[in-house]
Amino acid sequence: MAQTHLKLTVADRADAPPATGGARSDGGGRPFWTVRRRDNLVGYLFVAPQLIGSALFVLLPLGLVGWYSLHEWNVLAGTFEFVGGENYDKLLADANLREVLAGTALFSVGLVVFNLSLALVLAVLLNQRLRGTAFFRTLFFSPVVVSLVAWTIVWQFLLQADGGINGLLGVAGIDGPNWLRGEGTAMLSVIIVQVLKNVGLNMVLFLAALQGVPAQLYEAAELDGAGAWTRFRRITVPLISPTILLTSIITVVGSLQVFAQIAVLTQGGPGMSTTVLIYYLYQQAFQFHHFGYGATLSALLFVIVALLTVVQWRMRRKWVFHEA
Amino acid sequence: MKPFGKLAALALATLLTATACGGANEAAPAKQGPQPLRMTIWTSNEAHLKLFNEIAAEYRKTHPNVGEITFDPIPFENYTTTLTTQIAGGNPPDLAWILESSAPDFVSSGALLPLDDTLRKAQGYEFDDLTPSATKLWQAEGKLYAYPFSTSPFGVFVNTDLLKKAGQKTPDEMIKDGRWTWEEVAAQNAAVAAKTGKAGMVVRDFDYKNWDNLASVWSGWGARAWSEDGRTCGFDSPEMVEAMTFLHKSIFTDKAFPGPGTTPDFFAGDSAMTITQISRASLLTDATFGWDLVPLPAGPKGEYSVIGQAGLGVFAKSPNAAVAADFLAFFTDPANSAKLAAYFPPPRASQLTTETLAKSNPLLKPDQLEKVVIDGIRKGVVKPNHTGQAELSQTVRAALDPLWQPGADAKAVLAGVCAKIQPMLGA
Repeated sequence: MAQTHLKLTVADRADAPPATGGARSDGGGRPFWTVRRRDNLVGYLFVAPQLIGSALFVLLPLGLVGWYSLHEWNVLAGTFEFVGGENYDKLLADANLREVLAGTALFSVGLVVFNLSLALVLAVLLNQRLRGTAFFRTLFFSPVVVSLVAWTIVWQFLLQADGGINGLLGVAGIDGPNWLRGEGTAMLSVIIVQVLKNVGLNMVLFLAALQGVPAQLYEAAELDGAGAWTRFRRITVPLISPTILLTSIITVVGSLQVFAQIAVLTQGGPGMSTTVLIYYLYQQAFQFHHFGYGATLSALLFVIVALLTVVQWRMRRKWVFHEA
Repeated sequence: MKPFGKLAALALATLLTATACGGANEAAPAKQGPQPLRMTIWTSNEAHLKLFNEIAAEYRKTHPNVGEITFDPIPFENYTTTLTTQIAGGNPPDLAWILESSAPDFVSSGALLPLDDTLRKAQGYEFDDLTPSATKLWQAEGKLYAYPFSTSPFGVFVNTDLLKKAGQKTPDEMIKDGRWTWEEVAAQNAAVAAKTGKAGMVVRDFDYKNWDNLASVWSGWGARAWSEDGRTCGFDSPEMVEAMTFLHKSIFTDKAFPGPGTTPDFFAGDSAMTITQISRASLLTDATFGWDLVPLPAGPKGEYSVIGQAGLGVFAKSPNAAVAADFLAFFTDPANSAKLAAYFPPPRASQLTTETLAKSNPLLKPDQLEKVVIDGIRKGVVKPNHTGQAELSQTVRAALDPLWQPGADAKAVLAGVCAKIQPMLGA
């Protein structure tokens, strides 16, 4: 009924006479500026800033990346030559790409697992009605608002062979490794620095979700004899699964765009152990001046991000139980 | 077309028009009135900038057609990357400093304006005073594409207080005894590290990444990163293996060099010695410790010297290229070259004298200037440089990383470096 009423109302308004006498009339005597047209114009004007912004800063660069990937652009010589699919052939033959993609996958998996697990644990702990939870919430969230580069530079000093972390380990009688120079420890260090930087954001999202879980469900489960772990597994996780999906998408996409941490901490080394795809792209385009190939790597990154997002979105039907 | 389609089409057309107008590398025509000039540099040292601005102000007095001359500092670490990004973004400077490592790329690309005619025609320029060894790197097919405004030898700064504290002889004494060799110097640094807890020898700016600075060590063994023609890898040569084996032992066994992941600063008094260019002497103005500057220690192949260079070029596509070249001629004429010599060793034979350099380097003794600067420039080899240096450099860094671990097999690692870069050298 409500829909029918709305339709009638809109139709009535569309045929209504113009509100002011200044509106132009088309040839048949019908006024051009009908209420419907005015409404449409207002609507378009409202979306125009977003539309223009998206076109200018998202769609146009996306198109240009595709265009550049079909060219070889020698910045110094000022030449821009069409090379067709040559850059894509180079992509398939690139001996470094396998190692780069493996490093990228390792970083993403490590980041997602550490970040989401820690964020969830912190959120559950800080969701208790205990003294001091506000302090700890602020403590864990504060790195999110700190400058990324400043945060990373501080950690660079802490992770040096003679830095603060090894100093602390030394007090405990442990001879710490050279964190940023070992092939295994360098990647682990980058992951942990990134997790500690952003875990607060996911923690807050989880906290909000946890506070939306009805308390009576836990009470009923307790009466039925469910323990803490069962309540968490059977009630908490299903009810906050939409938030888990959201945070996992944000974290996966974010993990593929990590750059400053790598640039400051390891510059992709030792060897190529921390050269993730976006850093490799930066090296190719801006350090080696292979702008065409850099654009091709951008296209690859776009495809990977899009595919992962689609896969996660599709998977929500299987594991998101409580989608609004 | 529906209104949405019209709006989208309009937005797209506007964007495409804007993009087309922005045309990536098309130089805008010169504007009317005084032409401003912009020069990218990697120093932000106040004294350097003051001198540059004074020279620019003097030039503008006699050239009303030139507007403001801006010196645009870019951090050294990302200098070439930032410069090429500016060029790619359609915002190239009119003039730029260029590092020796990227000299082959800039010189061979056609990006720079040949300077010979402008410099030769400039009144009182004395073009033939420029030493051939200084201009060699900046020439292609007989044309000079950049002025070698700084030719700076590497030397060893020594904290004499730390040496005395560790019971070691001063460099002067070592040189007099004929013991200023890598073997002896490594032993001295190992002794300082063991007895004082401070670091020994620091190869400044190396940081286990910028390997080209190690040329200041391996050249003593006669090793080269690649052959003179740039087509054959030199990392697996017996000389390089011997030099790197010595370096590895000095780092991980003798502890004469601080290991990876540590950042001792000589100029803060954290280490006994450092290898760097003489322009760093300015950091010792307020030094609280005794110091000396001496030549690089002799290697198995005898005495040697390594120089770093920087050029100053004009971008051919700059709408103000002719004016910029004229300013460059003024900026580097004999009078201004003598002023610049306070910080940047000049390429002019007539100015490479102890007397000239002493006037502008009050911190250095005549003996230091003679042995380190003048002799260094005379017999020095330039740090490694090659076309596509950035990619080569990154590939070498990644392949060399396994060497910076205790127990590494230097010969195998260096063979791995050549396996990676030989295809890039094009032989």
